Amino acid sequence: MRIAVASGKGGTGKTTVATSLALSLDTTRTMVLDCDVEAPNAHLFLNPTFERREEVGILIPQVDGGRCSLCGRCAEVCQFHAIAVIGQNILVFPELCHGCGSCTLNCPEQAISEQLDVLGIIEAGPTPTGVYFARGVMKVGEPMAVPIIRELKRWDIEGGATSLSRQQDETYDWETIILDAPPGTSCPVVESVHGADFVALVTEPTPFGLHDLRLMVEVVHELDIPVGVVINRDGIGDAEVDKFCAEADLPVLMRIPLDRSIGAGIAQGKPLVAIRPEYTDHFRDLYRRILDIVQEAEL
Amino acid sequence: MKQLVILSGKGGTGKTSVAAAFAHLAAEGNCPIPAILADADVDASNLELVLRPAMLQTHDFVGGSVAIIDPEMCEGCGTCAEVCRFDAIIFADTDQKTPQVDTIACDGCAACFYQCPTQAIKMEPQLAGQWFRSNSRYGPLFHAALRPAQENSGKLVTMVKQQARLLALDDGYELIIVDGPPGIGCPVISAASGADLVLIVTEPTVAGVHDLERVLQTTEHFGLPALVCINKADLYPEATAAIGAFCRKRGIEVVGHIPFDTTVTQAMIQGMPVTAFSDGSVADALRQIWMRVMAALSNGG
Repeated sequence: MRIAVASGKGGTGKTTVATSLALSLDTTRTMVLDCDVEAPNAHLFLNPTFERREEVGILIPQVDGGRCSLCGRCAEVCQFHAIAVIGQNILVFPELCHGCGSCTLNCPEQAISEQLDVLGIIEAGPTPTGVYFARGVMKVGEPMAVPIIRELKRWDIEGGATSLSRQQDETYDWETIILDAPPGTSCPVVESVHGADFVALVTEPTPFGLHDLRLMVEVVHELDIPVGVVINRDGIGDAEVDKFCAEADLPVLMRIPLDRSIGAGIAQGKPLVAIRPEYTDHFRDLYRRILDIVQEAEL
Repeated sequence: MKQLVILSGKGGTGKTSVAAAFAHLAAEGNCPIPAILADADVDASNLELVLRPAMLQTHDFVGGSVAIIDPEMCEGCGTCAEVCRFDAIIFADTDQKTPQVDTIACDGCAACFYQCPTQAIKMEPQLAGQWFRSNSRYGPLFHAALRPAQENSGKLVTMVKQQARLLALDDGYELIIVDGPPGIGCPVISAASGADLVLIVTEPTVAGVHDLERVLQTTEHFGLPALVCINKADLYPEATAAIGAFCRKRGIEVVGHIPFDTTVTQAMIQGMPVTAFSDGSVADALRQIWMRVMAALSNGG
Protein backbone atom coordinates (compact mmCIF):
# COMPACT_ATOMS: atom_id res chain seq x y z
CA MET A 1 0.00 0.00 0.00
CA ARG A 2 1.44 3.32 -1.07
CA ILE A 3 -0.09 6.34 0.64
CA ALA A 4 0.93 9.82 -0.51
CA VAL A 5 0.42 12.75 1.84
CA ALA A 6 -0.01 16.03 -0.03
CA SER A 7 -1.64 19.42 0.49
CA GLY A 8 -1.44 22.19 -2.09
CA LYS A 9 -0.83 24.84 0.57
CA GLY A 10 2.44 24.59 2.45
CA GLY A 11 2.71 24.21 6.21
CA THR A 12 -0.61 22.46 6.70
CA GLY A 13 0.92 19.44 8.45
CA LYS A 14 1.85 16.93 5.73
CA THR A 15 5.00 15.82 7.52
CA THR A 16 3.18 15.65 10.86
CA VAL A 17 0.58 13.29 9.37
CA ALA A 18 3.06 11.24 7.30
CA THR A 19 5.44 10.59 10.20
CA SER A 20 2.81 9.92 12.86
CA LEU A 21 0.88 7.60 10.55
CA ALA A 22 4.08 5.60 9.96
CA LEU A 23 4.82 5.44 13.69
CA SER A 24 1.32 4.13 14.42
CA LEU A 25 1.59 1.12 12.07
CA ASP A 26 3.71 -2.04 12.12
CA THR A 27 6.88 0.04 11.99
CA THR A 28 9.20 -2.73 10.81
CA ARG A 29 7.13 -3.12 7.66
CA THR A 30 6.70 0.59 6.99
CA MET A 31 8.85 2.94 4.97
CA VAL A 32 8.63 6.72 4.73
CA LEU A 33 9.88 8.49 1.60
CA ASP A 34 10.41 12.23 1.94
CA CYS A 35 9.71 13.53 -1.58
CA ASP A 36 10.02 17.21 -0.61
CA VAL A 37 13.56 17.38 -1.94
CA GLU A 38 13.66 21.20 -1.83
CA ALA A 39 12.74 21.50 1.84
CA PRO A 40 12.93 18.02 3.38
CA ASN A 41 11.84 17.85 7.03
CA ALA A 42 10.60 14.34 7.83
CA HIS A 43 14.05 13.22 9.05
CA LEU A 44 13.77 15.78 11.87
CA PHE A 45 10.91 13.72 13.33
CA LEU A 46 12.20 10.21 12.55
CA ASN A 47 15.96 10.56 13.26
CA PRO A 48 17.27 8.09 10.70
CA THR A 49 20.84 6.78 10.51
CA PHE A 50 21.63 6.96 6.82
CA GLU A 51 23.45 3.86 5.59
CA ARG A 52 23.14 4.32 1.84
CA ARG A 53 23.63 7.35 -0.32
CA GLU A 54 23.78 7.96 -4.06
CA GLU A 55 24.27 10.98 -6.20
CA VAL A 56 21.46 11.39 -8.70
CA GLY A 57 20.68 13.67 -11.57
CA ILE A 58 20.18 13.61 -15.28
CA LEU A 59 22.36 12.58 -18.22
CA ILE A 60 23.49 15.68 -20.07
CA PRO A 61 25.23 15.79 -23.45
CA GLN A 62 28.97 16.11 -23.87
CA VAL A 63 30.03 16.96 -27.42
CA ASP A 64 33.21 15.58 -28.97
CA GLY A 65 34.55 18.59 -30.89
CA GLY A 66 36.65 16.33 -33.12
CA ARG A 67 33.63 14.51 -34.51
CA CYS A 68 31.07 17.36 -34.44
CA SER A 69 30.35 18.86 -37.87
CA LEU A 70 28.41 21.82 -36.41
CA CYS A 71 25.30 20.75 -38.33
CA GLY A 72 23.00 22.01 -35.55
CA ARG A 73 20.71 18.97 -35.53
CA CYS A 74 21.07 18.68 -31.73
CA ALA A 75 19.85 22.26 -31.21
CA GLU A 76 16.99 21.68 -33.64
CA VAL A 77 15.62 18.63 -31.81
CA CYS A 78 16.12 20.00 -28.28
CA GLN A 79 12.76 21.22 -26.97
CA PHE A 80 14.35 23.04 -24.05
CA HIS A 81 16.97 25.24 -25.78
CA ALA A 82 19.62 23.47 -23.75
CA ILE A 83 22.14 23.05 -26.58
CA ALA A 84 23.17 25.63 -29.18
CA VAL A 85 25.69 26.16 -31.96
CA ILE A 86 27.56 29.39 -31.30
CA GLY A 87 30.11 30.12 -34.01
CA GLN A 88 32.51 27.17 -34.13
CA ASN A 89 31.36 25.79 -30.77
CA ILE A 90 28.52 23.81 -29.27
CA LEU A 91 27.30 25.14 -25.95
CA VAL A 92 25.37 23.01 -23.46
CA PHE A 93 23.24 24.69 -20.77
CA PRO A 94 22.91 22.06 -18.03
CA GLU A 95 20.30 24.03 -16.07
CA LEU A 96 17.92 23.90 -19.06
CA CYS A 97 18.59 20.26 -20.03
CA HIS A 98 15.93 17.69 -19.11
CA GLY A 99 18.23 14.73 -19.80
CA CYS A 100 15.93 13.22 -22.42
CA GLY A 101 18.77 12.02 -24.67
CA SER A 102 17.15 13.19 -27.88
CA CYS A 103 20.24 15.14 -29.05
CA THR A 104 22.43 12.06 -28.53
CA LEU A 105 20.04 9.90 -30.57
CA ASN A 106 19.74 12.44 -33.38
CA CYS A 107 23.40 13.42 -33.83
CA PRO A 108 24.40 12.17 -37.31
CA GLU A 109 28.11 12.05 -36.37
CA GLN A 110 27.62 10.19 -33.06
CA ALA A 111 29.59 13.05 -31.54
CA ILE A 112 27.52 13.21 -28.33
CA SER A 113 28.09 11.10 -25.25
CA GLU A 114 26.33 11.59 -21.95
CA GLN A 115 27.53 12.28 -18.45
CA LEU A 116 25.70 12.48 -15.14
CA ASP A 117 24.90 16.02 -14.04
CA VAL A 118 24.38 15.71 -10.29
CA LEU A 119 21.23 17.49 -9.08
CA GLY A 120 21.15 16.07 -5.58
CA ILE A 121 21.41 12.94 -3.49
CA ILE A 122 19.12 10.18 -2.34
CA GLU A 123 19.83 8.53 0.98
CA ALA A 124 18.23 5.86 3.13
CA GLY A 125 18.53 4.19 6.49
CA PRO A 126 16.74 2.79 9.53
CA THR A 127 15.24 4.82 12.36
CA PRO A 128 15.13 3.94 16.09
CA THR A 129 11.42 3.08 15.87
CA GLY A 130 11.88 0.49 13.13
CA VAL A 131 10.44 2.61 10.34
CA TYR A 132 12.75 2.61 7.32
CA PHE A 133 13.39 6.03 5.84
CA ALA A 134 14.56 7.39 2.50
CA ARG A 135 14.70 10.88 1.13
CA GLY A 136 16.03 13.04 -1.67
CA VAL A 137 17.91 16.30 -1.14
CA MET A 138 18.26 18.76 -3.99
CA LYS A 139 21.53 20.65 -4.38
CA VAL A 140 21.16 24.34 -3.55
CA GLY A 141 20.92 26.46 -6.70
CA GLU A 142 19.57 23.63 -8.88
CA PRO A 143 16.17 24.26 -10.46
CA MET A 144 14.89 20.73 -11.11
CA ALA A 145 13.37 18.65 -8.32
CA VAL A 146 11.52 16.10 -10.47
CA PRO A 147 14.51 13.95 -11.54
CA ILE A 148 15.54 13.53 -7.89
CA ILE A 149 12.04 12.46 -6.88
CA ARG A 150 11.90 10.08 -9.85
CA GLU A 151 15.21 8.45 -8.85
CA LEU A 152 14.12 8.23 -5.21
CA LYS A 153 10.96 6.38 -6.22
CA ARG A 154 12.88 4.07 -8.56
CA TRP A 155 15.54 3.26 -6.01
CA ASP A 156 16.01 -0.42 -5.26
CA ILE A 157 16.51 -0.52 -1.55
CA GLU A 158 18.24 -3.68 -0.40
CA GLY A 159 16.49 -5.91 2.04
CA GLY A 160 13.14 -4.69 0.92
CA ALA A 161 13.30 -5.22 -2.84
CA THR A 162 11.71 -1.86 -3.13
CA SER A 163 11.47 -0.51 -6.56
CA LEU A 164 8.77 2.11 -6.66
CA SER A 165 8.89 2.59 -10.40
CA ARG A 166 5.31 2.87 -11.53
CA GLN A 167 5.85 0.53 -14.48
CA GLN A 168 7.03 -2.38 -12.41
CA ASP A 169 4.86 -4.88 -10.64
CA GLU A 170 4.33 -4.31 -6.99
CA THR A 171 6.68 -6.89 -5.57
CA TYR A 172 8.08 -5.00 -2.60
CA ASP A 173 8.07 -6.42 0.90
CA TRP A 174 7.03 -3.27 2.70
CA GLU A 175 3.44 -3.42 3.81
CA THR A 176 3.12 0.35 3.69
CA ILE A 177 5.10 3.06 1.96
CA ILE A 178 4.23 6.60 2.96
CA LEU A 179 5.27 9.37 0.58
CA ASP A 180 5.57 12.85 2.08
CA ALA A 181 4.95 15.19 -0.90
CA PRO A 182 6.14 18.77 -1.39
CA PRO A 183 3.63 21.66 -1.30
CA GLY A 184 2.09 23.06 -4.48
CA THR A 185 0.25 21.40 -7.35
CA SER A 186 2.82 21.29 -10.18
CA CYS A 187 5.33 18.76 -11.47
CA PRO A 188 7.20 17.81 -8.25
CA VAL A 189 3.88 17.11 -6.51
CA VAL A 190 2.57 15.07 -9.43
CA GLU A 191 5.81 13.08 -9.60
CA SER A 192 5.48 12.36 -5.86
CA VAL A 193 1.86 11.17 -5.83
CA HIS A 194 1.84 9.44 -9.24
CA GLY A 195 1.49 5.70 -8.75
CA ALA A 196 0.19 5.96 -5.16
CA ASP A 197 -2.80 3.84 -4.12
CA PHE A 198 -4.25 6.65 -2.03
CA VAL A 199 -3.66 10.35 -1.49
CA ALA A 200 -4.36 11.91 1.91
CA LEU A 201 -4.77 15.68 1.52
CA VAL A 202 -3.91 17.63 4.64
CA THR A 203 -5.52 21.04 4.87
CA GLU A 204 -6.50 23.70 7.37
CA PRO A 205 -9.96 25.28 7.59
CA THR A 206 -8.96 28.71 6.20
CA PRO A 207 -9.53 30.44 2.84
CA PHE A 208 -5.94 29.62 1.77
CA GLY A 209 -6.31 26.01 2.88
CA LEU A 210 -9.59 25.63 1.01
CA HIS A 211 -8.36 27.31 -2.18
CA ASP A 212 -5.31 25.04 -2.42
CA LEU A 213 -7.27 21.93 -1.38
CA ARG A 214 -9.62 22.47 -4.33
CA LEU A 215 -6.66 22.63 -6.73
CA MET A 216 -5.08 19.52 -5.27
CA VAL A 217 -8.37 17.60 -5.51
CA GLU A 218 -8.39 18.39 -9.24
CA VAL A 219 -4.84 17.07 -9.59
CA VAL A 220 -5.66 13.84 -7.75
CA HIS A 221 -8.85 13.33 -9.77
CA GLU A 222 -6.86 13.82 -12.96
CA LEU A 223 -4.50 11.08 -11.77
CA ASP A 224 -7.51 8.94 -10.87
CA ILE A 225 -6.33 8.07 -7.34
CA PRO A 226 -8.70 7.59 -4.38
CA VAL A 227 -8.50 10.55 -2.01
CA GLY A 228 -9.49 11.67 1.49
CA VAL A 229 -8.96 14.75 3.64
CA VAL A 230 -7.29 15.38 6.99
CA ILE A 231 -8.26 18.69 8.60
CA ASN A 232 -5.46 20.10 10.74
CA ARG A 233 -5.74 23.07 13.14
CA ASP A 234 -9.46 22.34 13.23
CA GLY A 235 -11.22 25.33 14.78
CA ILE A 236 -8.79 28.02 13.59
CA GLY A 237 -10.95 29.31 10.76
CA ASP A 238 -14.40 28.75 9.30
CA ALA A 239 -16.61 25.86 8.13
CA GLU A 240 -15.99 26.28 4.39
CA VAL A 241 -13.59 23.33 4.07
CA ASP A 242 -16.20 21.02 5.63
CA LYS A 243 -18.83 22.40 3.29
CA PHE A 244 -16.62 21.83 0.27
CA CYS A 245 -15.78 18.27 1.34
CA ALA A 246 -19.47 17.46 1.79
CA GLU A 247 -20.39 18.93 -1.60
CA ALA A 248 -17.47 17.28 -3.41
CA ASP A 249 -18.14 13.94 -1.70
CA LEU A 250 -14.67 13.90 -0.14
CA PRO A 251 -14.37 11.87 3.07
CA VAL A 252 -12.94 13.79 6.04
CA LEU A 253 -10.81 11.04 7.56
CA MET A 254 -9.34 12.75 10.57
CA ARG A 255 -9.29 16.04 12.47
CA ILE A 256 -6.43 17.46 14.50
CA PRO A 257 -7.56 20.40 16.64
CA LEU A 258 -5.88 23.80 16.83
CA ASP A 259 -3.88 23.37 20.02
CA ARG A 260 -0.91 25.46 20.99
CA SER A 261 0.72 22.60 22.88
CA ILE A 262 0.65 20.41 19.76
CA GLY A 263 2.16 23.27 17.73
CA ALA A 264 4.87 23.82 20.34
CA GLY A 265 5.71 20.09 20.44
CA ILE A 266 6.01 19.85 16.68
CA ALA A 267 8.16 22.99 16.69
CA GLN A 268 10.61 21.04 18.88
CA GLY A 269 10.73 18.10 16.47
CA LYS A 270 8.39 15.76 18.36
CA PRO A 271 6.04 13.59 16.30
CA LEU A 272 2.35 14.15 17.05
CA VAL A 273 2.01 10.63 18.50
CA ALA A 274 4.81 11.42 20.95
CA ILE A 275 3.09 14.64 22.08
CA ARG A 276 -0.33 12.97 22.28
CA PRO A 277 0.01 9.16 22.55
CA GLU A 278 -3.77 8.71 22.15
CA TYR A 279 -3.36 9.76 18.51
CA THR A 280 -1.79 6.38 17.75
CA ASP A 281 -5.32 4.95 17.79
CA HIS A 282 -6.63 7.80 15.63
CA PHE A 283 -3.92 7.14 13.04
CA ARG A 284 -4.71 3.40 13.07
CA ASP A 285 -8.35 4.31 12.43
CA LEU A 286 -7.20 6.57 9.62
CA TYR A 287 -5.24 3.68 8.11
CA ARG A 288 -8.23 1.33 8.32
CA ARG A 289 -10.44 3.88 6.61
CA ILE A 290 -7.86 4.32 3.86
CA LEU A 291 -7.69 0.53 3.35
CA ASP A 292 -11.50 0.39 3.10
CA ILE A 293 -11.59 3.16 0.52
CA VAL A 294 -8.81 1.60 -1.57
CA GLN A 295 -10.48 -1.82 -1.48
CA GLU A 296 -13.81 -0.31 -2.46
CA ALA A 297 -12.16 1.56 -5.35
CA GLU A 298 -10.63 -1.67 -6.63
CA LEU A 299 -14.00 -3.42 -6.88
CA MET B 1 12.30 50.77 -9.31
CA LYS B 2 13.04 48.08 -6.71
CA GLN B 3 11.95 44.46 -6.41
CA LEU B 4 11.21 43.00 -2.99
CA VAL B 5 10.74 39.22 -3.02
CA ILE B 6 9.21 37.33 -0.09
CA LEU B 7 10.41 33.72 0.38
CA SER B 8 10.42 31.11 3.12
CA GLY B 9 11.74 27.68 2.11
CA LYS B 10 9.16 25.90 4.27
CA GLY B 11 5.56 26.44 3.18
CA GLY B 12 2.88 27.95 5.38
CA THR B 13 5.13 30.28 7.38
CA GLY B 14 3.06 33.35 6.44
CA LYS B 15 4.57 34.74 3.20
CA THR B 16 1.21 35.75 1.74
CA SER B 17 -0.06 37.37 4.96
CA VAL B 18 3.15 39.44 5.08
CA ALA B 19 2.89 40.34 1.38
CA ALA B 20 -0.74 41.43 1.77
CA ALA B 21 0.16 43.57 4.79
CA PHE B 22 2.99 45.18 2.79
CA ALA B 23 0.58 45.91 -0.09
CA HIS B 24 -1.67 47.71 2.39
CA LEU B 25 1.19 49.60 4.07
CA ALA B 26 2.71 50.63 0.72
CA ALA B 27 -0.63 52.15 -0.28
CA GLU B 28 -1.86 53.55 3.03
CA GLY B 29 0.97 53.43 5.56
CA ASN B 30 3.09 56.20 7.07
CA CYS B 31 5.40 56.60 4.11
CA PRO B 32 3.40 55.47 1.08
CA ILE B 33 5.17 54.29 -2.06
CA PRO B 34 3.54 53.44 -5.42
CA ALA B 35 3.81 49.66 -5.65
CA ILE B 36 2.82 46.82 -7.94
CA LEU B 37 2.01 43.42 -6.50
CA ALA B 38 3.00 40.11 -8.08
CA ASP B 39 1.96 36.68 -6.84
CA ALA B 40 4.77 34.36 -7.92
CA ASP B 41 3.24 31.28 -6.31
CA VAL B 42 1.47 30.14 -9.46
CA ASP B 43 0.76 26.63 -8.12
CA ALA B 44 -1.29 27.85 -5.21
CA SER B 45 -1.79 31.58 -5.59
CA ASN B 46 -3.46 33.03 -2.54
CA LEU B 47 -2.67 36.75 -2.54
CA GLU B 48 -5.85 37.42 -4.53
CA LEU B 49 -7.92 35.87 -1.72
CA VAL B 50 -6.85 38.69 0.58
CA LEU B 51 -6.64 41.53 -1.93
CA ARG B 52 -9.89 40.60 -3.71
CA PRO B 53 -8.98 42.43 -6.91
CA ALA B 54 -11.09 43.19 -9.98
CA MET B 55 -9.67 41.22 -12.89
CA LEU B 56 -8.86 43.36 -15.94
CA GLN B 57 -7.13 40.95 -18.31
CA THR B 58 -6.80 37.19 -18.73
CA HIS B 59 -4.10 35.66 -20.95
CA ASP B 60 -3.49 32.02 -21.87
CA PHE B 61 -0.10 30.56 -21.09
CA VAL B 62 1.04 27.75 -23.38
CA GLY B 63 3.60 25.45 -21.80
CA GLY B 64 5.29 22.34 -23.13
CA SER B 65 3.92 19.76 -25.55
CA VAL B 66 2.85 16.16 -25.17
CA ALA B 67 3.21 13.29 -27.62
CA ILE B 68 0.13 12.02 -29.46
CA ILE B 69 0.33 8.70 -31.32
CA ASP B 70 -1.79 8.12 -34.42
CA PRO B 71 -2.97 4.48 -34.26
CA GLU B 72 -3.49 4.45 -38.05
CA MET B 73 0.20 5.04 -38.68
CA CYS B 74 1.69 3.23 -35.67
CA GLU B 75 3.10 -0.23 -36.34
CA GLY B 76 3.65 -1.05 -32.68
CA CYS B 77 7.44 -1.40 -32.95
CA GLY B 78 8.04 0.01 -29.47
CA THR B 79 10.89 2.37 -30.40
CA CYS B 80 9.09 5.24 -28.66
CA ALA B 81 8.95 3.34 -25.38
CA GLU B 82 12.63 2.42 -25.69
CA VAL B 83 13.80 6.02 -26.08
CA CYS B 84 11.43 7.54 -23.51
CA ARG B 85 13.22 8.27 -20.23
CA PHE B 86 10.07 9.40 -18.46
CA ASP B 87 8.12 6.11 -18.45
CA ALA B 88 5.43 7.91 -20.44
CA ILE B 89 4.80 5.32 -23.19
CA ILE B 90 2.77 2.39 -21.98
CA PHE B 91 1.84 -0.77 -23.83
CA ALA B 92 -1.48 -2.08 -22.59
CA ASP B 93 -1.97 -5.78 -21.78
CA THR B 94 -4.61 -6.00 -24.48
CA ASP B 95 -3.80 -6.96 -28.08
CA GLN B 96 -3.92 -3.28 -29.07
CA LYS B 97 -0.68 -2.60 -30.94
CA THR B 98 -0.52 1.17 -30.37
CA PRO B 99 0.85 2.20 -26.98
CA GLN B 100 -0.76 4.83 -24.80
CA VAL B 101 0.92 8.08 -23.82
CA ASP B 102 0.75 8.92 -20.14
CA THR B 103 0.28 12.64 -20.74
CA ILE B 104 1.07 13.46 -17.13
CA ALA B 105 4.40 11.63 -17.21
CA CYS B 106 5.23 12.94 -20.73
CA ASP B 107 7.96 15.58 -20.50
CA GLY B 108 7.40 16.96 -24.01
CA CYS B 109 11.01 16.21 -25.02
CA ALA B 110 9.98 14.88 -28.47
CA ALA B 111 12.58 12.09 -28.39
CA CYS B 112 9.86 9.64 -29.51
CA PHE B 113 8.66 12.06 -32.21
CA TYR B 114 12.12 12.06 -33.83
CA GLN B 115 12.75 8.31 -33.45
CA CYS B 116 9.40 6.94 -34.66
CA PRO B 117 10.14 5.10 -37.93
CA THR B 118 6.62 5.64 -39.29
CA GLN B 119 6.13 9.30 -38.27
CA ALA B 120 3.10 8.27 -36.25
CA ILE B 121 3.77 10.75 -33.44
CA LYS B 122 3.01 14.44 -33.27
CA MET B 123 3.74 16.90 -30.49
CA GLU B 124 0.80 18.93 -29.28
CA PRO B 125 1.28 22.14 -27.25
CA GLN B 126 -0.65 22.22 -23.98
CA LEU B 127 -2.48 25.09 -22.33
CA ALA B 128 -0.49 25.17 -19.09
CA GLY B 129 -2.31 27.98 -17.34
CA GLN B 130 -3.37 31.59 -17.42
CA TRP B 131 -2.00 34.84 -16.12
CA PHE B 132 -4.03 37.83 -15.04
CA ARG B 133 -3.73 41.55 -14.61
CA SER B 134 -6.01 42.87 -11.88
CA ASN B 135 -6.67 46.00 -9.90
CA SER B 136 -6.65 45.71 -6.12
CA ARG B 137 -7.47 48.30 -3.48
CA TYR B 138 -3.74 48.77 -3.03
CA GLY B 139 -2.52 48.84 -6.62
CA PRO B 140 -2.17 46.62 -9.69
CA LEU B 141 -1.82 42.88 -9.08
CA PHE B 142 -0.29 40.38 -11.51
CA HIS B 143 -1.08 36.76 -10.76
CA ALA B 144 -1.51 33.43 -12.48
CA ALA B 145 -3.06 30.01 -12.23
CA LEU B 146 -1.14 26.99 -13.40
CA ARG B 147 -3.53 24.26 -14.51
CA PRO B 148 -3.50 21.21 -12.26
CA ALA B 149 -0.55 18.89 -12.80
CA GLN B 150 1.17 21.14 -15.36
CA GLU B 151 4.85 21.86 -15.76
CA ASN B 152 6.72 25.07 -16.48
CA SER B 153 5.73 26.90 -13.32
CA GLY B 154 9.09 28.70 -13.44
CA LYS B 155 8.27 30.13 -16.87
CA LEU B 156 4.83 31.27 -15.71
CA VAL B 157 6.46 32.95 -12.70
CA THR B 158 8.85 34.73 -15.07
CA MET B 159 5.88 35.87 -17.17
CA VAL B 160 4.06 37.31 -14.13
CA LYS B 161 7.18 39.16 -13.01
CA GLN B 162 7.95 40.49 -16.51
CA GLN B 163 4.46 41.90 -16.84
CA ALA B 164 4.70 43.56 -13.43
CA ARG B 165 8.05 45.05 -14.37
CA LEU B 166 6.82 46.39 -17.71
CA LEU B 167 3.93 48.21 -16.07
CA ALA B 168 6.23 49.52 -13.32
CA LEU B 169 8.59 50.98 -15.92
CA ASP B 170 5.76 52.41 -18.05
CA ASP B 171 3.83 54.02 -15.23
CA GLY B 172 6.63 54.97 -12.86
CA TYR B 173 5.96 52.61 -9.96
CA GLU B 174 8.82 52.54 -7.46
CA LEU B 175 8.39 49.07 -5.99
CA ILE B 176 7.30 45.56 -6.95
CA ILE B 177 6.29 43.33 -4.05
CA VAL B 178 6.66 39.68 -5.09
CA ASP B 179 4.94 36.98 -3.01
CA GLY B 180 7.13 33.96 -3.65
CA PRO B 181 6.51 30.20 -3.69
CA PRO B 182 7.79 27.74 -1.06
CA GLY B 183 10.87 25.58 -1.63
CA ILE B 184 14.18 26.48 -3.29
CA GLY B 185 13.73 25.08 -6.81
CA CYS B 186 12.78 26.36 -10.24
CA PRO B 187 9.81 28.65 -9.38
CA VAL B 188 11.75 30.12 -6.43
CA ILE B 189 14.78 30.84 -8.60
CA SER B 190 12.49 32.52 -11.15
CA ALA B 191 10.76 34.53 -8.41
CA ALA B 192 14.02 35.65 -6.81
CA SER B 193 15.93 36.51 -9.98
CA GLY B 194 16.56 40.24 -10.21
CA ALA B 195 15.47 40.88 -6.62
CA ASP B 196 16.95 43.96 -4.91
CA LEU B 197 16.08 42.45 -1.56
CA VAL B 198 14.69 39.12 -0.33
CA LEU B 199 12.67 38.99 2.89
CA ILE B 200 12.56 35.48 4.33
CA VAL B 201 9.59 34.69 6.55
CA THR B 202 10.50 31.84 8.87
CA GLU B 203 9.02 30.23 11.98
CA PRO B 204 10.69 28.96 15.16
CA THR B 205 10.26 25.25 14.47
CA VAL B 206 12.89 22.62 13.69
CA ALA B 207 11.50 22.44 10.14
CA GLY B 208 11.41 26.22 9.75
CA VAL B 209 15.03 26.56 10.90
CA HIS B 210 16.19 23.72 8.63
CA ASP B 211 14.51 25.27 5.59
CA LEU B 212 15.68 28.79 6.49
CA GLU B 213 19.24 27.52 6.12
CA ARG B 214 18.42 26.05 2.70
CA VAL B 215 16.80 29.24 1.43
CA LEU B 216 19.66 31.40 2.78
CA GLN B 217 22.14 29.16 0.96
CA THR B 218 20.06 29.72 -2.16
CA THR B 219 20.00 33.54 -1.87
CA GLU B 220 23.77 33.48 -1.18
CA HIS B 221 24.30 31.22 -4.20
CA PHE B 222 22.62 33.83 -6.40
CA GLY B 223 24.21 36.77 -4.58
CA LEU B 224 20.93 38.28 -3.35
CA PRO B 225 20.77 40.38 -0.16
CA ALA B 226 18.35 38.90 2.39
CA LEU B 227 16.62 39.86 5.63
CA VAL B 228 14.74 37.54 7.98
CA CYS B 229 11.56 37.98 9.99
CA ILE B 230 10.25 35.37 12.42
CA ASN B 231 6.54 34.59 12.39
CA LYS B 232 4.80 32.89 15.34
CA ALA B 233 7.92 33.94 17.25
CA ASP B 234 6.48 33.11 20.69
CA LEU B 235 5.51 29.54 19.74
CA TYR B 236 8.91 28.13 20.71
CA PRO B 237 11.17 30.86 22.11
CA GLU B 238 14.28 28.65 22.18
CA ALA B 239 14.13 28.28 18.39
CA THR B 240 13.48 32.01 17.97
CA ALA B 241 16.68 32.67 19.94
CA ALA B 242 18.54 30.06 17.88
CA ILE B 243 17.43 31.72 14.62
CA GLY B 244 18.63 35.06 15.97
CA ALA B 245 22.04 33.63 16.86
CA PHE B 246 22.32 31.81 13.55
CA CYS B 247 21.49 34.95 11.56
CA ARG B 248 23.93 37.11 13.57
CA LYS B 249 26.71 34.64 12.84
CA ARG B 250 25.88 34.77 9.16
CA GLY B 251 25.57 38.56 9.08
CA ILE B 252 21.85 38.45 8.26
CA GLU B 253 19.63 41.01 9.96
CA VAL B 254 16.47 39.82 11.77
CA VAL B 255 14.01 42.65 11.14
CA GLY B 256 11.18 41.60 13.40
CA HIS B 257 9.21 39.06 15.39
CA ILE B 258 5.51 38.49 14.69
CA PRO B 259 3.58 36.88 17.56
CA PHE B 260 1.37 33.84 17.08
CA ASP B 261 -2.19 35.17 16.91
CA THR B 262 -5.36 33.86 15.29
CA THR B 263 -6.14 37.46 14.20
CA VAL B 264 -4.12 36.59 11.09
CA THR B 265 -6.64 33.88 10.19
CA GLN B 266 -9.61 36.12 11.07
CA ALA B 267 -8.27 38.80 8.71
CA MET B 268 -7.78 36.19 5.98
CA ILE B 269 -11.39 35.05 6.36
CA GLN B 270 -12.55 38.68 6.04
CA GLY B 271 -10.40 39.06 2.93
CA MET B 272 -8.29 41.81 4.50
CA PRO B 273 -4.59 42.33 5.16
CA VAL B 274 -4.04 41.90 8.89
CA THR B 275 -2.72 45.49 9.18
CA ALA B 276 -6.02 46.80 7.78
CA PHE B 277 -8.08 44.43 9.92
CA SER B 278 -6.76 45.15 13.43
CA ASP B 279 -4.37 47.34 15.39
CA GLY B 280 -3.10 44.54 17.59
CA SER B 281 0.40 43.24 18.22
CA VAL B 282 0.61 41.42 14.87
CA ALA B 283 -0.18 44.61 12.94
CA ASP B 284 2.34 46.57 15.04
CA ALA B 285 5.06 44.03 14.34
CA LEU B 286 4.33 44.10 10.60
CA ARG B 287 4.46 47.92 10.50
CA GLN B 288 7.89 47.85 12.13
CA ILE B 289 9.12 45.15 9.77
CA TRP B 290 7.84 47.16 6.80
CA MET B 291 9.73 50.27 7.95
CA ARG B 292 12.95 48.31 8.36
CA VAL B 293 12.56 46.61 4.98
CA MET B 294 11.95 49.97 3.30
CA ALA B 295 15.02 51.40 5.03
CA ALA B 296 17.13 48.48 3.83
CA LEU B 297 15.81 48.88 0.28
CA SER B 298 16.65 52.57 0.13
CA ASN B 299 20.11 52.09 1.71
CA GLY B 300 21.22 49.00 -0.17
CA GLY B 301 20.21 47.43 -3.47
